[in-house]
Amino acid sequence: MTALLEIRDLRAEVVEEGVEILKGVNLTINKGEIHALMGPNGSGKSTLAHVIMGNTKYRVTSGDILFEGQSILNLSTDERARLGLFLSFQTPEEIEGIKMRQFLINSYRNIHPEDQRTLLDLNKLMTELTKKLDLNQDFLERYINTGFSGGEKKKSEILQMGFLKPRLCILDEIDSGLDIDALRIVSESINNFKNDEMGILLITHYQRILNYVVPDYVHVYIDGRIVITGEKELAEKIEKIGYSTIEKELGLKINEE
Amino acid sequence: MATDKEINIEDLLIDQSKFDFKSQVKYAYKTIPGLNKQIVEAISEQKQEPKWMRELRLKSLEIFETWRDPRFGVDISDLDVSKIVAYIKPDAKKATSWEEVPQEIKETFDKLGIPEAEKKALAGVGAQYDSEIVYQNIKKEMEKLGVIFLDMESAVREYPDLVKEFFMKAIPPTDHKYAAFHGAVWSGGTFLYVPKGVKVPLPLQAYFRMNNPGMGQMEHTIIIADEGSEVVFIEGCSAPLYEATNLHAGAVEIYVKKGARVKYATIQNWSKNTYNLNTKRALVDEDGIMEWVSGSMGSQKSMIYPASILRGKGAKTETIAVTYAGPNQHMDTGSKVFMLAPYTSAIVDARSISIGGGWAFYRGWLRVGEKAKGAKASVSCQALMLDNFSKSDTVPIIEVYTDDADIGHEARIGRIREEQIYYLMSRGLKESEAKALIVRGFVEPFAKELPLEYAIELNRLINLEIESSIG
Repeated sequence: MTALLEIRDLRAEVVEEGVEILKGVNLTINKGEIHALMGPNGSGKSTLAHVIMGNTKYRVTSGDILFEGQSILNLSTDERARLGLFLSFQTPEEIEGIKMRQFLINSYRNIHPEDQRTLLDLNKLMTELTKKLDLNQDFLERYINTGFSGGEKKKSEILQMGFLKPRLCILDEIDSGLDIDALRIVSESINNFKNDEMGILLITHYQRILNYVVPDYVHVYIDGRIVITGEKELAEKIEKIGYSTIEKELGLKINEE
Repeated sequence: MATDKEINIEDLLIDQSKFDFKSQVKYAYKTIPGLNKQIVEAISEQKQEPKWMRELRLKSLEIFETWRDPRFGVDISDLDVSKIVAYIKPDAKKATSWEEVPQEIKETFDKLGIPEAEKKALAGVGAQYDSEIVYQNIKKEMEKLGVIFLDMESAVREYPDLVKEFFMKAIPPTDHKYAAFHGAVWSGGTFLYVPKGVKVPLPLQAYFRMNNPGMGQMEHTIIIADEGSEVVFIEGCSAPLYEATNLHAGAVEIYVKKGARVKYATIQNWSKNTYNLNTKRALVDEDGIMEWVSGSMGSQKSMIYPASILRGKGAKTETIAVTYAGPNQHMDTGSKVFMLAPYTSAIVDARSISIGGGWAFYRGWLRVGEKAKGAKASVSCQALMLDNFSKSDTVPIIEVYTDDADIGHEARIGRIREEQIYYLMSRGLKESEAKALIVRGFVEPFAKELPLEYAIELNRLINLEIESSIG
């Protein structure tokens, strides 16, 4: 079976400064799998997410990213999105003057041009999703992420995940800044939206969300590469002993920025 | 105004040919290019004008000939008035039903969607083709309430005293050189009088179409909103693209009487061979409200600064303006507000977009006079540049001559943020779509003041312009 996502010895640098951030990442995600990527601040976890999504701030210097066996390195960000890649942003952009409703419809039509459903049907679907995520009634009439609280922004990202029906979801610190109720709602939604055809890469500092969204694999990511892979227990261990102990065990140096 | 501002993006199909089409239409009379006494007299003769109007034209001509060009704004050294045909009378009688309008001209306005809009959402329409109004009609109910809605020539004939009292009183020919030019050769335009207490429920619209190369369109618009009345007036304009330079030097004079309210909305979409040197001014009496909604999208070079003179106690004005400067466009636009009475208030929200090497220049003048005790004003100008070779400037002048005024000002100039484009692209939007969406969001405060059809039109224009600029 072809993997959904396969990252092969990926190295990448920041275009402007030429500083290498990804230093040989290997990762394979199959359909239906949830992978948690954990690591200390500044280890380059978010960079990995953005490189997978094709952010032009970064340049891939070697290695490859395959989506269903095909390299996507030459595809632009929007082309990757149309293939079914999705990234929930740590700090989603605020864009004034465009309503969430309009933005969602626009994105949906771009990603699923074959879908014949009417605007009315899609509107209904959006309304259902806002209810599921316990968002205010006026959510869809507000401008894109503008003036949203931290929790609302995260919920907005997850609503987009549910609505746009991607096949690979990269969730970048979706749990940060959420109170316990919001964390539960967001986690339940992720579990709801997940299906056997979808793969998830969950990037987080904390083990907390993994109690709700149970990963098949846990990867510890330090200084630009995955240093150890295990199952859920690995996350619990990290929570207890911290990244620095792991680093010592492995004889690595942690970037303490 | 439409209440549901939801714009369905799926409706925004791009139709490049929408404005750029030429029609073969016969004309009944046309002056030779240039400007002199004979030409001015010939126009006056054609219109069979009263003596006072003829004299006003000739006096204006004198002023034009002796005054210098403005020393600010766009470079107009390329504008050769001796090559401009000041007056082209289409071979069409003024009609009050579209059936009476000659076929080719009707087709033009059909393509622009005017008769359709009239049926759906307007209380009346005036349509000018080259130098003359060819169609003017107002709903019977409005007429019964005493609303006068006429082409300017008919108004001069039928309401000479009323017209004389207001014609070029807010904008005298001595205002600037092109106001004088306008005074000498003005033709067409609308005269609107709304009687005391009458609230016109639907907008009235005037559409101006220039069809001939090398011509000038100099329509004159007067709106008098008598005490306590309300009206919304929409103005649209377009022309096909020619090699020769076209000139638009219109004038809009608005008189807002005590407690009246006027909203004047424009979408200017002249072709990129047009100089748009237009003057708009409102005199606002006690507790009157003047709203300018001003969209400058087209033309090669523009100088336009809608002005409100708040001369009555408690008078208010609000200006929402969007300027779009694309490749080879130099747009010098802005706003003028004179606060001359106590407790007057003003809001100016001016935004500009420059792309593909375009140059957007905001020029604002807010003057708070000695008598304007308790005045409140806020001026905001924002400029968005979509690439590294487009330009943007802001010169907001604020003069305050009283201690007792609350004045706020903010200016923001910036480039479109890469992070925003990336975010939208990560949701499947192409780069050009992402940029267009950000720009549409940026102009939203303006778009939502427009009737729905116009808002859709505006979005279509933005998509079209960004798509062609990015290539």
